[in-house]
Amino acid sequence: MRKIIIATSITLFNSISLISQNNFGELHGNFQVDAQYYNRDSLIGAPVVDEKILSNGFMNLWYTRGNFTGGLRYENYLNVMQGFDSRYKGAGVPFRFASYKNDRLEATVGNFYEQFGSGLVLRAYEERGLGYDNVFDGTRVRFQPVKGIYLKGLIARQRTFFALSSGIVRGFDAEINFNELIPGADSLKTTFIIGGSAVSRYQSDLDPTYKLPENVGAFSGRLNIIRGKVNFLAEYGYKINDPNATNGYRYNKGHALTATISYSTKGLGISLAAKRLDNFDFRSDRTASGIGANINFLPALTRQHTYNLPATIYPYATQPNGEMGYQAEISYRFKKGSPLGGKYGTEIVVNFAGTNGIIKNPTPNDTLGYTSPFFKASNKMFFRDFHVEIHKKFSKKIKATAMYLNWVYDKDVVQGLVGFGTIFADMGIIDVSYKINTKHTIRIEAQTLLTKQDTRDWATGLIEYTFAPNWFLAVIDQYNFGNSDETKQIHYVTTSTGYTKNGNRIMINYGRQRAGIFCVGGVCRNVPASNGLSISILSSF
Amino acid sequence: MKKYLFLFLLISSSVLAQTDKTGRKLPSVSIVTLEGKNVSTDAFENNGKPIILSFWATWCKPCVLELTNMAELYEDWKKETGVKIIAVSIDDARNQTKVAPFINGKGWEYEVYCDPNADLKRALNINLIPHTFLLNANKEIVWQHNSYTEGDEIKLFQRVKDLIEGKVVQD
Repeated sequence: MRKIIIATSITLFNSISLISQNNFGELHGNFQVDAQYYNRDSLIGAPVVDEKILSNGFMNLWYTRGNFTGGLRYENYLNVMQGFDSRYKGAGVPFRFASYKNDRLEATVGNFYEQFGSGLVLRAYEERGLGYDNVFDGTRVRFQPVKGIYLKGLIARQRTFFALSSGIVRGFDAEINFNELIPGADSLKTTFIIGGSAVSRYQSDLDPTYKLPENVGAFSGRLNIIRGKVNFLAEYGYKINDPNATNGYRYNKGHALTATISYSTKGLGISLAAKRLDNFDFRSDRTASGIGANINFLPALTRQHTYNLPATIYPYATQPNGEMGYQAEISYRFKKGSPLGGKYGTEIVVNFAGTNGIIKNPTPNDTLGYTSPFFKASNKMFFRDFHVEIHKKFSKKIKATAMYLNWVYDKDVVQGLVGFGTIFADMGIIDVSYKINTKHTIRIEAQTLLTKQDTRDWATGLIEYTFAPNWFLAVIDQYNFGNSDETKQIHYVTTSTGYTKNGNRIMINYGRQRAGIFCVGGVCRNVPASNGLSISILSSF
Repeated sequence: MKKYLFLFLLISSSVLAQTDKTGRKLPSVSIVTLEGKNVSTDAFENNGKPIILSFWATWCKPCVLELTNMAELYEDWKKETGVKIIAVSIDDARNQTKVAPFINGKGWEYEVYCDPNADLKRALNINLIPHTFLLNANKEIVWQHNSYTEGDEIKLFQRVKDLIEGKVVQD
């Protein structure tokens, strides 16, 4: 049986090769399978996995010929791995599309991803590693009537796991680039781009008591002005009354504003950003909560961290029903040969970001729920991140990064819990890499997080050895050395090794995984603790 | 019988795989310049010289390491082979406005584009970043690689030289 499968797949690949050779178009795709064997480990609170082995897998196959593209994705969850939504059950083809494109027009039927502006009122995207996929299923047209004007229209339903959510989404977006549109304006020093979106969701009202709006509209306008080294971008969004599960079925309107201004020149970058969200959770199913059926995209206005402790212990997640935040970041490069730059130059990044709640004055006599002054934040701090990061290359062989972070994190608000309160944490990170020769590099990370709250102090140590161009081997230990309960002062040690060749990669991990929140872009998922052996194989072809 | 059939298929597939090293064209997808302008990947141009297409994000440490290491060698590479490096950022709305200050902060001299909803990343069937492609004069993908480890750039440049000298580009 297995041989037949192998033989069939080889025949398939043969025909793929033949197709691409004979100019019958091109067939290509990618593949990934993740599987884990779970050990019992009551000490870290790992849930018992009856199946012992769980696995997620998918393959994309796209065919392109001339102006035509078509494709599909097969996914399976046998059974779905820990930390992913349990509504991923079994197997199926939740993604398939056909698309035609020429210079001015692109028409797609079936599944498609889309983003209007920054995604404030509409964005469908995927984060396969997090199990997030709110792809549309319907029809989309992109059209460019004249140079400088870009139009998009769509009507579709949205994927929720292996089903479609109940609402229908209709959307239209227009963008005008004046420098392209107006003859001769191309050479102007200032670039003007404006855009606007209108999105509407239809969902029938089956509620026996309330009269719920069946058509809910959300609108946004955006402006981008660029002059030399300065870039200004702002977007305002408005949503009509949309009583839904996340806002407590209140009838008030939604508002959102984001604005960024940045200045940059060789060796110096400055960016300032602010945002305000009020009742702006927008979904294609008013009863949905958690991750599912989101129409819009509201990422956190904070630096996206990648070092283990700041990235996974207290990551901030946007509060769509009310938050006001700011972020300032400066990066500067001390030149080679200057006193602070040394032989190779030194880079420094300073970032300060904070998010508070908004003021909500209750209005008990109506269904709106509250009023909120637009330009005022409440005193309730959800999150604050101040950090300084320095990169320095000392010689051809040695380079290092040092980072200090000071955080405030309201665990109750961000994670929707009770009784944890606000956490004040300091973190320090040192990352040194030593290049033994052109092929072998060894890298060491030492990190610590110090706090008097929650699970208290943590440390992470990492040793990574890479052998270019194919191999790596790493050991990471996360140690909760400060936990006030001594039985919970646990080492979470994981060993990983991986091999990469061309577009293919195989990775094996063995060890303990701490329970935590993993976030990419705007979404986070809770991953329970686990202990076991996992393997990941992926390929692009 | 089955065994022989299997062997035959295996050999024929590897033969075909050998002869089918090149040919995949860069897909035509709309992406955005740092000035907010929509452009098509059809506009990528390097006057018949090779192009290195590198996918990265401001939050991706190995990506930034790869581009930093290549930045130190880029002047020499250009002089020697005329190769152009195009860096495509898949940062979404959270970080997209930081891309230009980030690049300037680093002092990189690359041609940079944003692919904020991962349309190009998807069309090229990329699983994870960093993912780097080498394109020939006809903008066909002759080689690709995911992940980055220190020293990979040396082998990458060897492939650029092989390509220019008309040799078969292989791992």
